[in-house]
Amino acid sequence: MRIPFISLGLITALVTLAGSAWAFEVEEHRHFGADNARTLKILSTTDTELLAPLIDSFLQRYPGVAIDYTSATSAEVMKAIMVEGQQFDLALSSAMDLQIKLANDGYTRTHHSDAVELIPVWATWRNHVFAFSQEPASIVISPAAFAGLEIPRSRQQLISLLRKHPDRFRGRIGTYDVATSGLGYLFATQDARTSESYWRLMEIMGGLKIKLYCCSGDMIESVANGDIAVAYNVLGSYARARKDLATRIEIIEPEDYTNMMLRTAVILQTAEHPNLAGAFIDHLLRAAWDSPELPEYPFYRYPIAELAQNAPFRPIQLGPGLLVFLDHLKRKRFLAEWHSTVQQN
Amino acid sequence: MTDGLQISGSLRRRLTLQLVGSAAFLAMLLFFAVLAFARDVAQQTHDSILLASATSIMDSVSVQADEITVDIPYAALSMLGNVSDDRVFYRVATRGQVLTGYQDLPSTSQSVRSGHSAFDTLIYKGDSIRMVTSSRRLSLNGAPADIIISVAQTRDGQAAQLTQLARSALQLGLGFFLVATVLAFWTAQSSIRPLKQLTEAVSRRGPKDLRPVRRPVPSEMVPLVLSLNQFIARLRVSLSRSEDFIAEAAHRVRTPLATVRAQAEITLLRVDKPENRASLREMIRAIDESSRAAGQLLDHAMVTFRTDSLERKAIDLGDLTRELVDRLHPIAELKDIALTYDGSPLPQITGDQILIQNAVRNILDNAIKYSPYESAIQVSTRQSGNTVLIQVEDEAGGFADMDTDALTHRFVRGKNAAGTIGSGLGLTIAREVVEAHGGTLIIETSRSGAGACVSLSFPLA
Repeated sequence: MRIPFISLGLITALVTLAGSAWAFEVEEHRHFGADNARTLKILSTTDTELLAPLIDSFLQRYPGVAIDYTSATSAEVMKAIMVEGQQFDLALSSAMDLQIKLANDGYTRTHHSDAVELIPVWATWRNHVFAFSQEPASIVISPAAFAGLEIPRSRQQLISLLRKHPDRFRGRIGTYDVATSGLGYLFATQDARTSESYWRLMEIMGGLKIKLYCCSGDMIESVANGDIAVAYNVLGSYARARKDLATRIEIIEPEDYTNMMLRTAVILQTAEHPNLAGAFIDHLLRAAWDSPELPEYPFYRYPIAELAQNAPFRPIQLGPGLLVFLDHLKRKRFLAEWHSTVQQN
Repeated sequence: MTDGLQISGSLRRRLTLQLVGSAAFLAMLLFFAVLAFARDVAQQTHDSILLASATSIMDSVSVQADEITVDIPYAALSMLGNVSDDRVFYRVATRGQVLTGYQDLPSTSQSVRSGHSAFDTLIYKGDSIRMVTSSRRLSLNGAPADIIISVAQTRDGQAAQLTQLARSALQLGLGFFLVATVLAFWTAQSSIRPLKQLTEAVSRRGPKDLRPVRRPVPSEMVPLVLSLNQFIARLRVSLSRSEDFIAEAAHRVRTPLATVRAQAEITLLRVDKPENRASLREMIRAIDESSRAAGQLLDHAMVTFRTDSLERKAIDLGDLTRELVDRLHPIAELKDIALTYDGSPLPQITGDQILIQNAVRNILDNAIKYSPYESAIQVSTRQSGNTVLIQVEDEAGGFADMDTDALTHRFVRGKNAAGTIGSGLGLTIAREVVEAHGGTLIIETSRSGAGACVSLSFPLA
């Protein structure tokens, strides 16, 4: 989930050194607005750069308010809240399962507003967890590497292509290391739940010596560099955001099905300004679901899918089902199976 | 109507109140019964889903390499999420050791045997939860090991559902109560109706109507009506006895009076002294008055008797009146009164000829008696709409502004009656006869203003 901008890395390093008060690992810490104002403390897995325009427009609407924005990995976010009990007003996270866990275990508050009424039923859970983006699990390829071949549009096509041209793709395929990446694990478990073709794909990719990555950003860069030809289960929103690489990568949203990760926000029990936190959530929800589209909204707005509809875009269902894959025995079994499929030595 | 009667409540109000009261009680009972039933059903539904979840987790328990593993199916928890947005907790434990799930989830107080399950309502993390605990015995390293699986869910959704159901049950109860109340009013009204009808029938009766009540009545009212009829019968007997007595008395008095009068007249012929003659005349006048009163009392008794069982025959009132006028002509001539009759052909009415004759004769008697010498009495008959009218107009001075209705009461006489022999029963008899035939008697001042006009109107059949 990190986009390794150089400046960002520097800030991260500085913050990590300076903020020794934090026991959890902070990636970046930034203060928006005046110092003495009412401060809304947000803990997030989303890069500051991405959300900064939305934060600015929020501060314009609410003068006299400041935002203290801390970004960390999803695992660190969980650690800060559940283990260390750090005080924050809001948690924004791409780890849907962990957000559900927070809500299920009573770390969150409920929120009701007009803006909440705007969003589809599947975009909220118990009025505790609110989705403010739809981001697809995409396949990113290098068009150069596919020269002369038909671009695959589904997993089946990708499978047959890899079978036909093993030499061309050996060592040139990448995906998340599901053992270290929370999002990779979420995508993998949803894939495994949705279709048997996932395991076949992993088996073939494993046979072609798949490379494992920590984050979407690294995979996108690797494809752009030509290190790898195919990156599977890459966060499409990050790939789209890399306008600078647009000519060197192609984003495929598989037609058989495309899991949609929902970035979600929760108000924490420890919130000092729950109403202000609610207002911030409303701001995010309006940007995500209301019209007109705001220029500062950083994510692509996919059409709102109905759950019953058999569309390729399938929002991952918010609900207690996500808790299943957090079960440590389940996780152990899944990872064991995944490793045995992917790492065939 | 209620003079001198003490009213102790109202039957209808009491009936209505009792019915409405029972309706309220039943509505409340219905509300709580529906609520309890709904709660049971909601609880059972929730329990069965929890059990399904626990069972699917139980099915995923296996022993691999001498170790118990659990592979919780996605559906096990997502099925709970599909029912409501409630929080879900679970725990898998064996031999007092938690394999996975929420460590601090409370344990069931019940003992769960292998293959069985138990449900509890507990408090966890400050919320009320419903928890199922299932148990199964596995063999681990040759020794038995009990797997205990608990699946719990908060009950917010159930509570919301129950609130909804309670609202529906309340509406049902209220609706039932409203309908029952309307029906209660209707029931009370219709139960009281026979009583009302009886009351109306009895109060509608004429003052002389002493027939027993014969209309059909509900069985509960039979004793009342029987008593009423017995009372009427006694009253009748007692009335007729007194009428009989009066008639008998009048009859007994009249005969000796005639003897006394004859004797007095003979004596008058023999007596010469003017003061003796005067007192004898006074005596004869008094005897006349008594005998006339006795005659009218007899008449009245006869009228009373005949009206009880009215004879109904076709009568031509014109002929009847002309005959009477003809018969009374000589008496009128004694006072030089011009008694004239004017009548057109009339349709016949049905009635008792003797009674009507009696009534008309009484009116004519009165007119002749109270008219001064050389005056006129006009008798006419005509048809007026649905009635036949007999009118007697005299020049006897009329009744001025006296209450003409009171004149028709027994023994009440007009102001001009002094010095004339009479009992005051004439108009009473006439009125009773007319009313017995369903007609009316009206006394007015005559058109000329010189006297009275008595109209007897009889309805055409």
